[in-house]
Amino acid sequence: MVDNAPKLSVRNLSVRYGDKQALNGISLDVFPNEIFGIIGPANSGKTSFLRALNRMEEFDANMTVEGDILFEGQDITAIRNVYALRRKVGVVFPLPVGLPMSIYENVAFAPKLAGIKKKAELDEIVERCLIRAALWDEVKDRLDALGSLLSGGQQQRLTIARALSQNPELLLLDEFSIAVDPVTTMRIEDVLKELKEEITIVLVTNLVQQARRLADRTAFFLESELVETAETEELFSGVVKDQRTRDYVEGRFG
Amino acid sequence: MSLFARTGLDEHNRRVEWLVKTLFLLMTVLLIIPVALIMGILIQRGAPVLSWGFLTEVPTNGMTAGGIFTALIGTVWIVAVALLASVPIGVAAAVYLSEYAPDNWLTRAINLAIINLAGVPSIVHALFGLGAFVVFFGFGRSILAASLTLAVMTLPIVIVATRESLQAVPHAFREACWNMGATRWQTIRRVVLPNSISGILTGVILEVSRTAGETAPIMFTGAAAFLPFLPQGVLDQTMAMSLHLYVVSTQVPDVPDALPFGVALVLISMVLVMNATSIAFRIYLRNKRKW
Amino acid sequence: MADIAIETRDLNLWYGTFQALFDVNIQVKKGMITSLIGPSGCGKSTLLRTVNRVNERLGYVRTTGSVDVLGQDAFGEDVELARLRKEVGMVFQRPNPLPLSIRDNVLFSHRIHRGNAKASKSDEDVLLEDALRQVLLWDDVKDRLNQNATSLSLEEQQKLCIARLLPVKPSVLLMDEPTSALDPKATAALEELIWSFRGSYTILIVTHNMAQARRASEDCAFMLLGKMMEVAPTADLFLSPQLPETADYIEGRYG
Ligand SMILES: Nc1ncnc2c1ncn2[C@@H]1O[C@H](COP(=O)(O)OP(=O)(O)OP(=O)(O)O)[C@@H](O)[C@H]1O
Ligand SMILES: Nc1ncnc2c1ncn2[C@@H]1O[C@H](COP(=O)(O)OP(=O)(O)OP(=O)(O)O)[C@@H](O)[C@H]1O
Ligand SMILES: [Mg+2]
Ligand SMILES: [Mg+2]
Repeated sequence: MVDNAPKLSVRNLSVRYGDKQALNGISLDVFPNEIFGIIGPANSGKTSFLRALNRMEEFDANMTVEGDILFEGQDITAIRNVYALRRKVGVVFPLPVGLPMSIYENVAFAPKLAGIKKKAELDEIVERCLIRAALWDEVKDRLDALGSLLSGGQQQRLTIARALSQNPELLLLDEFSIAVDPVTTMRIEDVLKELKEEITIVLVTNLVQQARRLADRTAFFLESELVETAETEELFSGVVKDQRTRDYVEGRFG
Repeated sequence: MSLFARTGLDEHNRRVEWLVKTLFLLMTVLLIIPVALIMGILIQRGAPVLSWGFLTEVPTNGMTAGGIFTALIGTVWIVAVALLASVPIGVAAAVYLSEYAPDNWLTRAINLAIINLAGVPSIVHALFGLGAFVVFFGFGRSILAASLTLAVMTLPIVIVATRESLQAVPHAFREACWNMGATRWQTIRRVVLPNSISGILTGVILEVSRTAGETAPIMFTGAAAFLPFLPQGVLDQTMAMSLHLYVVSTQVPDVPDALPFGVALVLISMVLVMNATSIAFRIYLRNKRKW
Repeated sequence: MADIAIETRDLNLWYGTFQALFDVNIQVKKGMITSLIGPSGCGKSTLLRTVNRVNERLGYVRTTGSVDVLGQDAFGEDVELARLRKEVGMVFQRPNPLPLSIRDNVLFSHRIHRGNAKASKSDEDVLLEDALRQVLLWDDVKDRLNQNATSLSLEEQQKLCIARLLPVKPSVLLMDEPTSALDPKATAALEELIWSFRGSYTILIVTHNMAQARRASEDCAFMLLGKMMEVAPTADLFLSPQLPETADYIEGRYG
């Protein structure tokens, strides 16, 4: 099913916070135009994995990353221009942060950084991204209201809209729907399925059902290690080799 | 008896609350009393000399008559040039210390040095200004030398105020921007600075007051006791309100009683007007605030 | 009357010019668990924050109508906010531990509400352990009780925020998506915990997890666009919703 070169190749990736090992020797490939799911219990290192992909160790003096991360064949742990990398990678973290500016400016922020100045073009991007994040209807009449005063779920969708506004090649989603109701989540999931025609998505979730609905392949993280990676359907139909994966997946369905 | 009515504990808490509040209010009033007294005395005794001419005429008769125009304009020059030098440097240094500098011994040493700089007596700054700007850089006694001396002296105010207000901006906002590929500077300019500007202005307000009122540092470096004309540029000497006040109160014989009070009143009013403007601006900015 | 813990009548609320609540009427029964569901942005958090009056801190908020808590007008003149908030504990969507040690966080409100009465260290230890055990945090943190609470993971922080309400024994607990930051295992444990509170506390819980509402609440209220659409026993609401909007929502239908 996937035969082309990987979009993302991770080899022997380890992440530490001080002395604490958060990820240990992870190796996996993510292919273009797939949704790659990552599931696992709390503190298994899923978020740390995404943080490493966006070179976020630079924000946290405590965090060290070892190993190779190849983005389209280029090792990002060595590149200088991390800004170019981050512009290509959209991220959504579970704690949504509406920037202290208007809703419009929140979404126009990244396009403006990328040099887009024309009002009409920005308007179009803002509207498209807010529609995709299922937020447009609620805020279209108050785009100049502060993004940081929206409801929790609205801020989360605003963060998604912001990530999409970067026109990313790779979208990293970390529990993107925890503050959003199921109906709205379904809307966004439909958008993600459409989006994967254009981009590659890594989806971290502790809702295994969500991984099952969306992911083409899924990796199971446990206690800082990658247990295994498999086609999502195999993983959920019990074909997988590792007993621990089966326990985790089945434990949720009870 | 309502369920949410006060209990003994609430009564106690209220009393403590009241006590604490009153105590703080008292302190504040204590602080205001001298200010009010000073203003009262100045107005009462200085008002007789106030007139349009007092503001727009140069001193005459060995400074015992005429106005204070040259000193007034001189102070405006000195404050403006000092701000021009210290605000950009101070804000830049604070931005560096808060946003860029790694947390290591050097950064901590610099921070410590800044705090110490704030404790240096103004007469020492005066001597430093004399040695550095007047002599070494060869600016002579001039507005430039005086303003730079004041700028050095007031830098810690701007730096500390700016640094504190930058650090009050939640870190999550920065990470959100960085994650979109914004550089540090883009993040600072679009998110961090706009949300800390009111704190920075507080520093500037304090600095204005300090700069306008200081006497010793400018006495040695650029302010003259008497000049019948206005400065033409930053390399000229000038009169200044604070020094003029010192001179008419202590150095010149036969000054009318009301004159020094009039000078002091104008000086304080100037500072008040500048402060009021920036406070109004600050409130305006804060009302637009954000999270 | 006596069996109603929270009652709102024609409650309207505006943030500036934006109206977030429209004539909300609801009765929350004492000792019951009532879940509050509805699409993101429909006003669930707003309603919760009105009950314990934390919305007032925003100068631009205006309310009309009334809120009764435990039979008393929550907006009445003699209401002491400290009393109201001791009776009405709240867990927020975002964990908000104080920048203190884990120990001090849990004991914080207890220390405040106990006034000058001294409690021995061993009394406090008992309260601390009991509260942390109830939220399944004890084993994880018992060796680092003096560590700063902000260093905990999001999940642990949220558990701590629930734990710190327990020592003062409130009668109403408002919970705003208390489990949304937790993994399924912790969520299940928390649901169980909340379920065990039934009878001793009145709980009004906002949740996006329909299964959770179904499993772990006795009454269910559905809100839409600032309006209270339907309040009914949970089983009835899920089996035979009265309004088409409710049916669409709980069946996950969308345009
Ligand atoms: N900024 C940090 N500083 C120190 N330790 C951290 C930090 N972030 C995570 N950790 C630790 O690293 C380990 C892995 O955390 P991580 O957040 O990657 O797990 P996760 O799988 O995303 O968990 P969850 O499902 O709870 O989000 C945990 O033990 C956590 O306590
Ligand atoms: N502080 C505020 N200032 C202005 N508008 C606000 C504020 N808080 C909430 N709102 C608006 O009021 C409406 C209701 O918000 P509320 O937080 O109650 O929603 P909610 O139902 O809790 O949503 P969610 O499920 O996303 O948490 C939203 O449209 C929101 O944008
Ligand atoms: Mg995580
Ligand atoms: Mg909410």
